Amino acid sequence: MSDRLVHLDVLRYDPETDSEPHFQHYEVTCKEEWVVLDALNAVKESIDPTLNYRWSCHMAVCGSCGMMINGEPKLSCHAFLRNYEGVIRVEPLANFPIERDLITVADDFIDKLKQVKPYLIPKDDKSIDEGEYKQTPAQLMKYRQFSMCINCMLCYAACPEYALAPGFLGPAAITLAHRYNLDSRDGGRDQRQEVIASDQGVWQCSFVGACSEVCPKAVDPAGALQQVKLASTLDWFKEHLLPGGKP
Amino acid sequence: MSRRPFVREVSRTRWYFRQPRYLRYMSREVTCIFIGAFALLLLCAVRRLSQGQAAWESFLAALEGPWSALGLVVILVFAVHNTTSWFNVTPKAMPVQIGEEFLPGKFIVAAHYVAWILVSLLVLYFAGVR
Repeated sequence: MSDRLVHLDVLRYDPETDSEPHFQHYEVTCKEEWVVLDALNAVKESIDPTLNYRWSCHMAVCGSCGMMINGEPKLSCHAFLRNYEGVIRVEPLANFPIERDLITVADDFIDKLKQVKPYLIPKDDKSIDEGEYKQTPAQLMKYRQFSMCINCMLCYAACPEYALAPGFLGPAAITLAHRYNLDSRDGGRDQRQEVIASDQGVWQCSFVGACSEVCPKAVDPAGALQQVKLASTLDWFKEHLLPGGKP
Repeated sequence: MSRRPFVREVSRTRWYFRQPRYLRYMSREVTCIFIGAFALLLLCAVRRLSQGQAAWESFLAALEGPWSALGLVVILVFAVHNTTSWFNVTPKAMPVQIGEEFLPGKFIVAAHYVAWILVSLLVLYFAGVR
């Protein structure tokens, strides 16, 4: 393993003393194989223990360490130093308020996630004695891709619609709603539809596609949102053109 | 310890310069202006057609000339960009699942191009191009 002197410009913000964020420059010796998160850990351990950031698993599973790295939303545990030259600019995830240093306020996302009821709402309640809700591999494949979301919020940081209209439910929340709507065991679509097909729901999306480009788990939220638009449009036609008027 | 979250303002007029992907998106969105212009031209054509042969021929005469041709070529370029950029993302909106697999997106895109060519040939046929 070869060593390398890494230059970092990290956005710092202390709500108790700073009126606005400012960049702080660090130079830290790293192994060539390290990721940006390792470099931040090295800074915190050996140069500046006051630096704040979130992380947990270090393996692109927990979704905690999302940051803007050279202006791009990335999991810092997945951003290899060997892919960067010169000074690496590290900032908190865009489109979220900064709590402190690289930590953002995620309350808005958590609130939106709750609104879409991202859990199974069984069609028919069964007693435990009746056994499990069964599913074929084909039924699983229908939604499997969307179930890979780790709630890292990179898609929100990439989404210009969310930046300009913060009321927008956003890519991950709608994708997770779609994931459960596609699940053969679920019967909660009507409840979720009230939220995801509302003014602040899927129709705020104009298909920039940035969410899918930055997703570290290849979930393709942009695809999910377009599928929700199609399904919602079909609902409208069924409601207005079919006898009975109910989707 | 007090909470005082800092909100970063986003420029409402220059945000799309932040990333090449945003510019790519805007290049697709701006095509609507040219598609709209051509739709207006078509409406004018229908109106002039309803006014009789003389009105129709004067409309056609007004369309002749290098500036008019240049304008139509520009509209065509933007219309093709609009069409191809939307065709290329159709697999996202309309995935086709066959058993446990999904049909590769390139087949869905190709189907749109084939339909486009067939419809164009039909239009040319009815327009009298042999």
